[in-house]
Amino acid sequence: MTITDSVRSALELDKVESHLHPHGSFDVAEHPVPTGREEIWRFTPLKRLKELHADAPLDGRNVALSTQVPEGATFEIVTGAEARELRGVSGWLPNVRFAARVMAEVPATLLLDVPRESEVTEPIVLDFDGTDPAVTSGGHVVLRFGAHSKAVVVLNHTGSAAVAAVCEVVVGDGADVTVVSIQDWADDAVHLSHQQARVGRDATYRHAAISFGGDVVRMDSNVTYDGPGGSAELLGLYFADAGQHIEHRIFADHTAPRTKSHAVYKGALQGEKAHTVWVGNVLIRKVAEGIETYEENRNLVLTDGCQADSIPNLEIETGEIEGAGHASATARFDDNQLFYLQSRGVSEAEAQRLVVHGFFNDLIRKVGVPSIEDRLLTTVEAELAKNVLKELPAEAGA
Amino acid sequence: MTTLEINDLHVSVETEDGPKEILKGVTLTIKAGETHAIMGPNGSGKSTLAYSIAGHPKYTVTSGSVTLDGEDVLEMSVDERARAGLFLAMQYPVEVPGVSVSNFLRTAKTAIDGQAPKLRTWVKDVNAALEQLNLDPSFGTRSVNEGFSGGEKKRHEIAQLELLDPKVAVLDETDSGLDIDALKVVSEGVNRFRGREGKGVLLITHYTRILRYIEPTYVHVFVDGKVAESGGPELAEELEANGYDRFLKVNA
Repeated sequence: MTITDSVRSALELDKVESHLHPHGSFDVAEHPVPTGREEIWRFTPLKRLKELHADAPLDGRNVALSTQVPEGATFEIVTGAEARELRGVSGWLPNVRFAARVMAEVPATLLLDVPRESEVTEPIVLDFDGTDPAVTSGGHVVLRFGAHSKAVVVLNHTGSAAVAAVCEVVVGDGADVTVVSIQDWADDAVHLSHQQARVGRDATYRHAAISFGGDVVRMDSNVTYDGPGGSAELLGLYFADAGQHIEHRIFADHTAPRTKSHAVYKGALQGEKAHTVWVGNVLIRKVAEGIETYEENRNLVLTDGCQADSIPNLEIETGEIEGAGHASATARFDDNQLFYLQSRGVSEAEAQRLVVHGFFNDLIRKVGVPSIEDRLLTTVEAELAKNVLKELPAEAGA
Repeated sequence: MTTLEINDLHVSVETEDGPKEILKGVTLTIKAGETHAIMGPNGSGKSTLAYSIAGHPKYTVTSGSVTLDGEDVLEMSVDERARAGLFLAMQYPVEVPGVSVSNFLRTAKTAIDGQAPKLRTWVKDVNAALEQLNLDPSFGTRSVNEGFSGGEKKRHEIAQLELLDPKVAVLDETDSGLDIDALKVVSEGVNRFRGREGKGVLLITHYTRILRYIEPTYVHVFVDGKVAESGGPELAEELEANGYDRFLKVNA
């Protein structure tokens, strides 16, 4: 490679122009209030966001925080200069107004540190319990994992609140990190969330976005790579009920060679005006030779009146890659599957229950956190009880 | 004593050009202890008969009746038919991703019996059934029919037959796509089932090969949606020698 080439490829990182990832900036003035016509906002019901996308106050108190931080990790709330220094620690420049406002206006940062080579065996849990849906607030979280550390972090969202949040994740070289974000909000909650990870050289990052509750939940799960050999698994599981809007967007930005991204998002929808959106963006930059990427979204529509939007986007700027692919499918129950199960004596509702559990099972296993697996199975069961199992006699549902 | 009675059964499917009649008056009586082989060329409606008995929603019964021990089968839902004692071993068993074989078998057994099987004996029964069909015990942890070879799918169907223990089994081309070893294993399973008290079998096949291992009581030649001729095992031998030509010519 000549010097000119290397300069060109270095410059190239900043040069990619695309509607998928608009220009980023810390300056709030550079981010006009979205109108809903922008590509990245066209699915989101702005009217239901309690102005979080615009100019809602971000200093409200509407979330009670409790933490479980086992040995090997430290947690603190930092403010002032210390907090300001952490804004953008993942290397990300805000590309939406709410994130720029969070970075500029929210005084405190919740900082979790797992030092280098520390292996934390128990999950680290941050519980965010909403206390008031009428109040709006903003939050900034930094999860920082040193080189060759290993940990699981669970961000647990429950209760009623309207929250705009940015979570930055820094995965050190060779670290092995799982971040699970559970949105199990009450029916009236609104949650705009951007979770941005920078994955170090040869590091493994697994992110799981799990959304069941809330009036509107919109989450971006993004990754960039800090060096070659990094691997990201982006998982998602969602279950939308009548009237709910659940929107998941991922962006795997292959900024380094020989990196991997693998995304699997699965959702079920039930009830009038249940709406889910999945947008899977993958960018393979010129520098990212030898990468592998695959993204998949599957939706199971359980009742009439639901809408599932599913949009995979793959932008490839180098052909020198190992593999790139995507799959997207949205379907109702497969009549042949139900017939097969029913022909073995299983009632229709019970057959549907089996199919839905089967649909989610492999994904739940992939999350790889036993305490979460049990909870997810229970939650799926509770969601099923709302429609599919409604007419099922109690003893058959046991 | 178990009797499956099919009387003047007419069945249609929806096509782009409107309903098309596939079964044109099928009459058959299968009693306990009997094995009826239904043989016929492709497209004669053999599989339609199997799926209609089991109640697949794609097929519409326009007239005729099917009763099991006097009970109206056509009035029953698919699962009610299974609980009444009918079993269909399918030609193309369906994949159910994420549902393990052992979970599926236990759920089905619970549904058929109306109560959960006793855990200890059940595990033993399942392992024995799998082993007899040359299926590894680890089979139980795999997803139903997902990634199974053609032979594994058919052996899995027969394992279900033995475990769910229906009154009447309808086997839809269970022999198709099997090599000779798998065919023997599957036939032994069917024969174990036939050896139980009071069981009826309706065996649908394109080939005479399986009838060397499962000797039928009656053979029916099925052409153009109905039974063209019935006889004993010797009818199969004639088909083996001469094929279906004689029946197709009559029909033409």
